[in-house]
Amino acid sequence: MTDITRVYGSGEAEVRALDGVSFDIFPGEFVSVMGPSGSGKSTAMNVLGCLDSPSSGGYLFNGVDVAALNHDQRALLRRHYLGFIFQGYNLLPRTSALQNVELPLIYKGIGREEREARALAALDKVGLASRAHHDPSALSGGQQQRVAIARALAGEPQVILADEPTGNLDTKRSVEIMELMVELNQQDGITIVMVTHEEDMAEYGKRLIWMVDGKVEYDRLTTRAA
Amino acid sequence: MIWETFKLALQSILRNPMRSFLTVLGVVIGVASVIAMVTVGNGSTAQVTADVESLGANLLTLQPGQDRMGPGNDDGGAARPFELDDVDTILKQVSSISVAVPTGSRQAVVIYEGENYQTSITGTMNGYLDATDWPLSDGRLFTSAEEKGRSVCIIGETVREELMGNADPIGQKIRLESLNCTVVGLLESKGANTFGLDQDDIVLMPFTTFARRIAGSDDVSSITLSVREGYSTDRAIDDLTALMREVRRIDEGEEDDFSVRDTEQLANMLGSITSVLTGLLSAVAAVSLLVGGIGIMNIMLVSVTERTREIGIRMAVGAQASQVLLQFLVEAIVLSALGGLLGIGLGLGMGAVGASMLNVPFAPQPGVIALAFGFSAVVGVVFGYFPARAAARLDPIEALRHG
Repeated sequence: MTDITRVYGSGEAEVRALDGVSFDIFPGEFVSVMGPSGSGKSTAMNVLGCLDSPSSGGYLFNGVDVAALNHDQRALLRRHYLGFIFQGYNLLPRTSALQNVELPLIYKGIGREEREARALAALDKVGLASRAHHDPSALSGGQQQRVAIARALAGEPQVILADEPTGNLDTKRSVEIMELMVELNQQDGITIVMVTHEEDMAEYGKRLIWMVDGKVEYDRLTTRAA
Repeated sequence: MIWETFKLALQSILRNPMRSFLTVLGVVIGVASVIAMVTVGNGSTAQVTADVESLGANLLTLQPGQDRMGPGNDDGGAARPFELDDVDTILKQVSSISVAVPTGSRQAVVIYEGENYQTSITGTMNGYLDATDWPLSDGRLFTSAEEKGRSVCIIGETVREELMGNADPIGQKIRLESLNCTVVGLLESKGANTFGLDQDDIVLMPFTTFARRIAGSDDVSSITLSVREGYSTDRAIDDLTALMREVRRIDEGEEDDFSVRDTEQLANMLGSITSVLTGLLSAVAAVSLLVGGIGIMNIMLVSVTERTREIGIRMAVGAQASQVLLQFLVEAIVLSALGGLLGIGLGLGMGAVGASMLNVPFAPQPGVIALAFGFSAVVGVVFGYFPARAAARLDPIEALRHG
């Protein structure tokens, strides 16, 4: 993963969610994005996650100009390189943990046996192999988020994008989740970009980008990295 | 991928079995009614054909008047009846006719040892049983002496049962109005005819006896004829018509005041009535299938809204719009195809019950079953496409934020 620059403005009279934002994220980084509500950090995540495309400016992902890709091409990019973790977990209801984790693998076209094995391995990594056949509603919030992390992992992404992953969790669970994220970053070399508004969670990253009003206010190393 | 999509569709259908069932209920009922209608309709048509053939394959009936509706309709007094001489004339002059017998009938009460029973008395001759291909199960035909006016009769199975149960009727005396007559023969049972009339509910007696003692006149209300083996029915009808016009002195250009009915014509007429009815009922059933499709579309649209977040998640993990479209489309198709299968089962069941209730053969049509099933799948495609497209067009960000 190399070189990302991106300027994004949405029309003339429109709200400029992102107003000339530029930064690079390098492979293996753990970046925390912070800022007050409406600062554009979620929009930045959507663009990074190829869910949204900038109205102007360029975004290079592994040297590919994402702004020039159509919907389906961006879906392919998400499928093969990206993993998502959301604040609200976003697991499919009435579907077992295992099946939830298998979801990205289905779209990768992986056969049933290998899919199950890989999903189980991912669940094992987050310490939930024993809950593979539980319904999300039978799991605690922390467990659900770990299933979501397993789902993001199963697709073997280069980058995991986490949008307030600890927003709904108490401190103890949050710490567990963050430690898991650090582990993924350090041991598996997965690049992590995380939006959060909790300073102590942001400190788990190595680098902090602070956004205000659609602009990058500052971009520094965290105390942990320093 | 298709197989995966199919399994996914099945999963999400089974996740909510009650709702899925209610969703396809319309299609189930639609398919079931089409199949039941066609099955029973075909059974009726087959039954009608068989019934008419049982009347006697070469049977013709000559009746006064032009009324062409169902048998047993004794045409209004306006038309002149035939005379006994006409019967002889026909036998002498029309070579294509092998049997011609006068026939008259009338309702009357029959009494036997205190049992009363209202039945139909038919005055005719032995030839009637040849023409109608109707054998005796017991006893004998009329002797020629009896045909000249003796008080004897041949009874149908129903009359025997009503009056004497299972007892042997031969030689018993029964009373018809003021006439005492001896039973000499028992007709083989024919069952109900196409119109539901019990053909065994009959007493036959020599025409002369009937004319003198029951009807009180020599008028012949109809003549039953049989076409000679090897002659065409059309030819016989033409010859007969020409002769009768002459005998009844009908001027050229004037309409016949009599009519000849043949069994084939009857079969065609009844066949066309049943097929029109079957067609109509099937059309109504097909409309209900369409309504069922709209039901599926409705639920699928609701489902798209309910599952917006699911669609967002799928898109986030890399599903393309076309894959989401396919998923919802396949779901609708699988749903309505399952409905179709249920409908086929139900329809065949209803058809079997209906056929046995109406006493017609159970005649399922594989072609119609395949068609109804195919149609239900098409309903899935047509009515599933719109909701599926709505799902595929969702913006992943909006979809994820939903709910």
